[in-house]
Amino acid sequence: MKYLKNLLGWVDDRFPLIETWEFHLSKYYAPKNFNFWYFFGSLALLVLVIQIVSGIFLTMSYKPDALIAFASVEYIMRDVQSGWLIRYIHSTGASMFFIVVYLHMFRGMIYGSYRKPRELLWIIGVVIYLALMAEAFMGYLLPWGQMSFWGAQVIVNLFSSVPFVGNELSVLIRGDFVISDATLNRFFALHVIAIPLLLVGIVFVHLVALHKVGSNNPDGIEIKKKKDANGIPLDGIPFFPYIVVKDIVAVVLFLIVFCAIVFFAPDMGGYFLEANNFVPANPMKTPEHIAPVWYFTPYYAILRAVPPMFGSQFPGVIAMGVAAVAVLFLPWLDRGPVKSIRYRGPIFKGFLAAFVVSFIGLGYLGLMPATPTYTVISQVLSVVYFAFFILMPWYTKIDKCKPEPDRLTFK
Amino acid sequence: MKLIKKIWVLVLLAAVPAMAIASSGVHLDKAPGNLSDKASLQRGAQLFTANCLACHGAAYMRYNRLMDIGMSEDDIKKLLPEGSKLGSTMKSAMDAESAKMAFGVAPPDLSVIARSRGTDWLYTYLRSFYVDATRPSGVNNVVFPLVAMPNVLGGMQGEQALHVEKHEGHEVQVLKLTTPGSMTAAEFDATVADLVNYLDFMAEPAKLVRYKLGYIVLGFLFLLLILTYALKKEFWKDIH
Repeated sequence: MKYLKNLLGWVDDRFPLIETWEFHLSKYYAPKNFNFWYFFGSLALLVLVIQIVSGIFLTMSYKPDALIAFASVEYIMRDVQSGWLIRYIHSTGASMFFIVVYLHMFRGMIYGSYRKPRELLWIIGVVIYLALMAEAFMGYLLPWGQMSFWGAQVIVNLFSSVPFVGNELSVLIRGDFVISDATLNRFFALHVIAIPLLLVGIVFVHLVALHKVGSNNPDGIEIKKKKDANGIPLDGIPFFPYIVVKDIVAVVLFLIVFCAIVFFAPDMGGYFLEANNFVPANPMKTPEHIAPVWYFTPYYAILRAVPPMFGSQFPGVIAMGVAAVAVLFLPWLDRGPVKSIRYRGPIFKGFLAAFVVSFIGLGYLGLMPATPTYTVISQVLSVVYFAFFILMPWYTKIDKCKPEPDRLTFK
Repeated sequence: MKLIKKIWVLVLLAAVPAMAIASSGVHLDKAPGNLSDKASLQRGAQLFTANCLACHGAAYMRYNRLMDIGMSEDDIKKLLPEGSKLGSTMKSAMDAESAKMAFGVAPPDLSVIARSRGTDWLYTYLRSFYVDATRPSGVNNVVFPLVAMPNVLGGMQGEQALHVEKHEGHEVQVLKLTTPGSMTAAEFDATVADLVNYLDFMAEPAKLVRYKLGYIVLGFLFLLLILTYALKKEFWKDIH
């Protein structure tokens, strides 16, 4: 014990070990009334680690070569020891990452976590989300199945609709005039090193920003406003051990769901692993129905809902891009006097409910073939989606809010 | 009144695409698969190597993987084509070029066909050939119209003819047996079920261990849940 203490002292003289531990864990005060919605931040971090570790093992056996990529995935599924398990963990992790991140973002929306002083924290989070989309999109090409190939084809073609530089841009992304071995190689490089490196970096910055401003809470009031004589927030509790032991329960609950999928339904009825992706990529044979993976479908539905203008698909591409980054502007669109949905009026609640319906509805429609009826519904839902953001400065201002409490509600 | 009207419009809007989907797809029979039935899987493996590998390959499936379904090395050796070893993958007896000459298209690899098509599709497809003199192979298929594949299992099943019948205003395609084969209809269905069961196994051999391991992992996690919840309760006693 004495030696351990000496060692700790030796390290601490040369590295801010105890200081870091205290600042980020044992003396980081979190609101004590965190509820269900507050689990998804730490769960997102967990999934990031799961993806990196399972990804490292997959990389050991995967071959990024158009001729043998598909076969190497089957090699992992059959001949690599527990290869099937590693691959299912990674493929399930991809979808679970989005589920967790969508719920984490929704938490921010219902409790106003994007409001002052957390605007930058929110923006960094949106950047993480965009990086995650790029990561998932490039990773999906790697199994080199029909959906990998044609999904990438459709998405990269969108870039060619950009005026003036479109063609050059899409060639730059593909490294070729069509999706080919060159594309597979560069997507592999970006998927396994460039974007993960970026992700880990911005996740770290996200946490640093969080610990600077402190966590929001379901009441949307600042715990730092009421401190005791020692400068500790009256409604705050140390992150370690209290929040940690609580998050561990959430982690186990999450792993139960995660493992149930990995072991009993890794395909998730074709939503996590599409049936058509078990057919090797064939540039000569377009599948009847190309649908992106479920986590991109809300934006895909918006893309298809916008009719081509002046013979160009570009307006739809713009709409899709704006839809994906719209949340970035929430800190300045929201003019409400309160942060949390608990004290908001009925108008905000109505708009938020309509937004949720439009997002889920668009997600469903993006999976379906574009029939005339579906297109009309997509158009209506797209209008609802954008109305939530565009009208926000108006409806949050006129809404009848309840007064915020002085201290946290905690029973 | 107005609200009721709106609801009706919504219901109708939702019903239109639903009906469109219902009328376009062919009804698929449910494949009676059972991966824990080793005897069925072994019969399926024999059928597969004897019939399918003549034209199709299963490039990702190794023969020795048949040990997973309870076959011994000697059993497997009986199925091996000349020049193949226990660790060899299942190659087609026909090379791709001559297969393409014979059928117009190269027969697809069947390693993961049960994952791309689904077992219900395979089970229905293999039982849905009918005589059609306009086709080069002499047969057509209800599930896969104009398919290049001949009715390989026709000797067992016999010949079927296509009838279009009217049921409550809908046209329904019905297949009727015209010439009996070496098996009764029930025997043939059971044979195809064995084959499809095997295809399901071959598409993902790990399925045999996946479920078993899954129960153990979930069991462990539930125990861990109780412990971690107790830990949380203990710590949170201090928080008021």
